[in-house]
Amino acid sequence: MNWINAVVQGILLGGLYALLASGLSLMFGVMRIVNLAHGALAVLAAYLGLLVVEHLGISPFLALVIVVPLMAGVGYVLQAGIFNRALAVGSLAPLLAAFGLSVVVAQLLQIGFTSDTQSLSTGSLGIASITITSDLAVGVLPLLIFVVGVLVIAAIQLFLNRTPLGRAMRAASDDPATVTLMGMDPKQIYALSTALAMATVGLAGMFLGMRGNIDPNYGQAMLIFAFEAVIIGGLGSLWGTLIGGIVLGVAQAIGSQVNPAYGVLVGHLVFLAILALRPTGLMQKVVTA
Amino acid sequence: MTAPSPSTASSAVVHPATVHPRAQVRRAGVSSWVGLGVLALLVLVAPVAPYVLPRGTQGSLTTLFALIVMATMWNLLAGYGGMLSVGQQAYIGLGAYGLVMLSDKVGLDPFMAVPVAVVVAGLVSVPISFLAFRLAGGYFAIGTWVIAEVIKLVSEQVPVLGGGIGITFRGFSELSPGRRIAYVYWLSLAGVVVAVAVTYLLMRSRLGLGFTAVRDDTTAAASLGVDVTRSKRVVFVVAAMGSGLAGAIIAANTLRVQPDSIYSVNYAVFMIFMVIIGGIGTIEGPILGAVLFFALQQWLSDLGAWYLVILGVVAIAVTLFLPAGLWGLLSGRGRFRVFPVGYTLVPHVPPGVGTTHDG
Repeated sequence: MNWINAVVQGILLGGLYALLASGLSLMFGVMRIVNLAHGALAVLAAYLGLLVVEHLGISPFLALVIVVPLMAGVGYVLQAGIFNRALAVGSLAPLLAAFGLSVVVAQLLQIGFTSDTQSLSTGSLGIASITITSDLAVGVLPLLIFVVGVLVIAAIQLFLNRTPLGRAMRAASDDPATVTLMGMDPKQIYALSTALAMATVGLAGMFLGMRGNIDPNYGQAMLIFAFEAVIIGGLGSLWGTLIGGIVLGVAQAIGSQVNPAYGVLVGHLVFLAILALRPTGLMQKVVTA
Repeated sequence: MTAPSPSTASSAVVHPATVHPRAQVRRAGVSSWVGLGVLALLVLVAPVAPYVLPRGTQGSLTTLFALIVMATMWNLLAGYGGMLSVGQQAYIGLGAYGLVMLSDKVGLDPFMAVPVAVVVAGLVSVPISFLAFRLAGGYFAIGTWVIAEVIKLVSEQVPVLGGGIGITFRGFSELSPGRRIAYVYWLSLAGVVVAVAVTYLLMRSRLGLGFTAVRDDTTAAASLGVDVTRSKRVVFVVAAMGSGLAGAIIAANTLRVQPDSIYSVNYAVFMIFMVIIGGIGTIEGPILGAVLFFALQQWLSDLGAWYLVILGVVAIAVTLFLPAGLWGLLSGRGRFRVFPVGYTLVPHVPPGVGTTHDG
């Protein structure tokens, strides 16, 4: 029963990884930018949530209404101010700028909030659980986060497939020059794409803070997990990213079940095995995201 | 009809040998000879340091030399090879653990153990390259980071390496501290000379020309017969060996190898900042970057975390507004080069008209 429990908890954790990874996937899909600051920005969102909760005395769920749009704004400014310029400099420049950004954000968080671990308290919801059998219980909060994660990924996929702006994003991904001919500004589309990606990062970051402890350097691990979810699932497929996140979450949970020190390592090894045996990922590319 | 001659039609009757050359292509200019001369002088004077400088200063210089080796090797990888790695700390750790194991457990002379540890780091990087090369660009960057994390996590599980607590280097324990510090200083000095010389010679070789072509346009290079993957693998392995060398120097200097610090991603941060700020894609830039980084580390150490914030902001600004880095600024768009890697076209000026531009 312990193993089934580990798998169930792993699936729930995987939903959060997938939510985090969807923003990474989106930015890569539209702009070919691998945002090395992704994890650091997610942790930034969690700390913003902490500030909002402390100063306004509201629940973390209500704080989402402030943090998610705020992160979208951060995304817009980052793309318009840094990444668009970096894209014009060369192919290494966006990576280097994002890497520099990740260090700056993590260090600033360390200065502002010390390196102590903190978390966003969700009160009684945080400890509530649904008992399925006598040894299998599912936490309400992890389940809620998983469901929201899946819904958000579905919503992004629908948005990209069905809306004019989503179509513009896919078009900008395929051919920015032609997009310009169609009377749209790729830079504007890029800024909106990053804003959308950062909104998902804001949500994922808040969930990270609700589910467990965070510290200023937590973003490094989150970037790696999100990236592993993307690669395991297969580049360019958001549903693949969801599968990838779940595979990673389950691998980590099973590893931890064997030995608490092995959780992260087993996750990495599964990722490397997929990379060695099936480098295109588990899911073939379905729709350009 | 023969192929059109570069000279104009009116000079068709002139024998090619008598045509005055309009321009010549050369590598080294006066600046290169002056620059190399100054550097050679520095390298010749540097070994005297242990006889004249206090131990603390020698230790600091050793740290600086390790930074120069790291920056030079990261530049070889990213600046010339186009591979942005965030995982070179893997080889720093392997070099450090390799030195301690080979010297203290296998019983090699520490000075023999260093090159062997470097070779071990290079050998480990060969299979890793096959995995990492399945990823490109930013995903390559995170992939190398994951591999470094795996090597760190595995190292922590190996009892002989001291687990999470780490291990102490005892290879120099019979030496007096003064002698040990001097030896490690000389070792690190030799390391810098080897790392820079290898990079310089590699980039001047046919292979180096291929690397530059691969970096500038992979597809075009491949279509001209450059074996892209092989070139990248050579760079990857050499950079791993260089990082291993830096790791061995760090272990010999600090006498302690601990997984959390020797495999720290901060080494990747330092390498990237040094190379970007100094000037990516040149040999001089990373050296300049390492010296600057070292100086900033000393001056801003009171600022704690702020110094990385400042460096990060500077690195972003340099990436966006000064992509050639500080060396690019100093060298006047590459006209002044200490290490002539590329070629310069020198327009022919008849004697006595004026002096040519520095090559």
